[in-house]
Amino acid sequence: MNPLMRSALLYAAVMAALLLAGLALPQWLLFLLTMAAAHGVVGLGLIVMMRGGVVSFGQGLVFAIGGYTAGLAATRYGITDALVLVALGGLASALVGAVVGPLLARYRSIFFAMLTLALSMVLYGVAVKSAGIGGSDGFNVPRPGLLGLKIDEMNADYIFFALSTVIATVLTLLVTIYCRSSRGLLSLAIRDNELRVEYLGSSVRAAMTVNFVIAAALGGAGGALTVISLGHIDPNFSYWTTSGEFVFMAILAGHASAPAVFLASLLLELVRSFSNKYFPDTWQLALGLFLLLIILFLPKGVGSLWAKPARLPRRAAEKAKAAAARQRDATEAA
Amino acid sequence: MDLLLTILIDGAIYASWLFIVALGLTLIFGVLKILNIAHGSFYAIGAYAAASIVGLFAAQKFAPAFSLIALLLAAVAVAVIVGPLLERLLLRRFYGRDEVLLVLVTYALFLILEDVTKLIWGVNPYFVTEPYGLFGDISLGSLFYVGYDLALVFVALACGLGVWFGLNRTVLGKIVLAVIHNDEIAASMGINISKVYLGAFAFGVFLAALGGAFTAPMISVQPGISVGVIIVSFAVVIIGGLGSIGGAAIGALIVGIARSAAVHLWPEAELFSIYAVMAAVLIFRPEGLFQRVVARRI
Repeated sequence: MNPLMRSALLYAAVMAALLLAGLALPQWLLFLLTMAAAHGVVGLGLIVMMRGGVVSFGQGLVFAIGGYTAGLAATRYGITDALVLVALGGLASALVGAVVGPLLARYRSIFFAMLTLALSMVLYGVAVKSAGIGGSDGFNVPRPGLLGLKIDEMNADYIFFALSTVIATVLTLLVTIYCRSSRGLLSLAIRDNELRVEYLGSSVRAAMTVNFVIAAALGGAGGALTVISLGHIDPNFSYWTTSGEFVFMAILAGHASAPAVFLASLLLELVRSFSNKYFPDTWQLALGLFLLLIILFLPKGVGSLWAKPARLPRRAAEKAKAAAARQRDATEAA
Repeated sequence: MDLLLTILIDGAIYASWLFIVALGLTLIFGVLKILNIAHGSFYAIGAYAAASIVGLFAAQKFAPAFSLIALLLAAVAVAVIVGPLLERLLLRRFYGRDEVLLVLVTYALFLILEDVTKLIWGVNPYFVTEPYGLFGDISLGSLFYVGYDLALVFVALACGLGVWFGLNRTVLGKIVLAVIHNDEIAASMGINISKVYLGAFAFGVFLAALGGAFTAPMISVQPGISVGVIIVSFAVVIIGGLGSIGGAAIGALIVGIARSAAVHLWPEAELFSIYAVMAAVLIFRPEGLFQRVVARRI
């Protein structure tokens, strides 16, 4: 079977299992899973960027734009369909991504991180002082309906859980398809050696821009999903600590496997809510230690536990091995 | 005219402590190649330590003038205790790793220190009042300023000149510059770079704590003061160019004046102005305003 089909079936099976399990889960766990899925979608975007070797410290920017778009569309323009709101959020952020993406595509490593951070903080600074959108308090967003139907309060938790699980699964599948396409694989080559990619005739900037726009769309969709499930948005969505948590999640997941980001997101939510409950004054401490341990002992993320690097066909591998040996001999002789 | 003067002086006062903090940040980046998010926590720890030691001095019935010494002592204590501990136990395990990963390590450190300060000093605000009145009030034309605020400008100048002199005119400074330039060659010339790293990090912590200690009398020392300082001091070093002292001074002045201009002319833009300047500089001169542009190496 084609590996993509296999992934698709696997994702569908996991989704179905989750949806079934959700029927039996308590309310608090459903909410936690909903948040994990919504934030995981944002992390998915970061993974797409990380494959190209850049990490954004300002993913809060697109997260907040998606969130505010969904919130305003629901409260001002009376759009009450959850799917439409999520699509709008993703679209708005993708537009912003398309504007700043070409600019950001020139930057690497720390400068990329700092410029994304600065842009997200600009939005934070504007949002805090904009009384029209609630200033620093933000505003509440009523629960939207779904597919033209009203959601009654009894089942609302399960329905939002199901909605975010389905959306997250579909988006993960799309990202997996993208990552295995030739353009998606180009990101890995850029990560290894940008200059060679350019010499081979591909545009690094175009690839980086596309990655950024995809990440922005995912960030926006994740933001919208968070807002409609949470029922609230405020400028902290764009604050640097929020972005920091997304980077945390992406590092925890590693870029080896797209679905790993949801596991990371869930772990993060669990650590956060449990340490919030049992050690309310030291949950950041627990989170920080956890992050340090991951960086020290699992530097490629939890995804590296099951996703093995793609193997070359055997003959190519033997050739590469022989070439490496020859080169070693040559350098030793010299 | 008065308004312009007010903006400039307010800006200079804000720039002064910011410069001291950013100087530490830029020094740590220069030597260790770490963009240190935890720097804001060192600032906060410095402020808390200052509150404790000034309180201790006051309890011993020392003259108020000694409270200035208490501030300095607080910064030294933080540098001596926190600096080596973190460098030896934590940071040295990550040297040479990807710069962005290092940012994340310091982010984890920031999260940890955030709670550690709360555990040590609690969540109630501290007020350090003793040093604030020491210099009286000073009038400039029709404007009145608290003497302490203006004195801070001179402290910042002294710090900047001191660090510049130390780096450029002493043997130790030349060694540090050599390590900044190329640590491998410096090591092969017989420099113990491990010690230089330790010293530079501790000194960077000292500067952050000093900035915190000297601002402690001007603010209420409470949880959350670190978070805001981090991004503002990032803005300063990014504007001036990472690793440059003169750049940090200019960056601090730009941020300080941009902020005070916004406060006086367009209060809604206070936060926004700083980050907008930072983003603009990154867009047009990503290496910072005063750094030479380096051609891409193959």
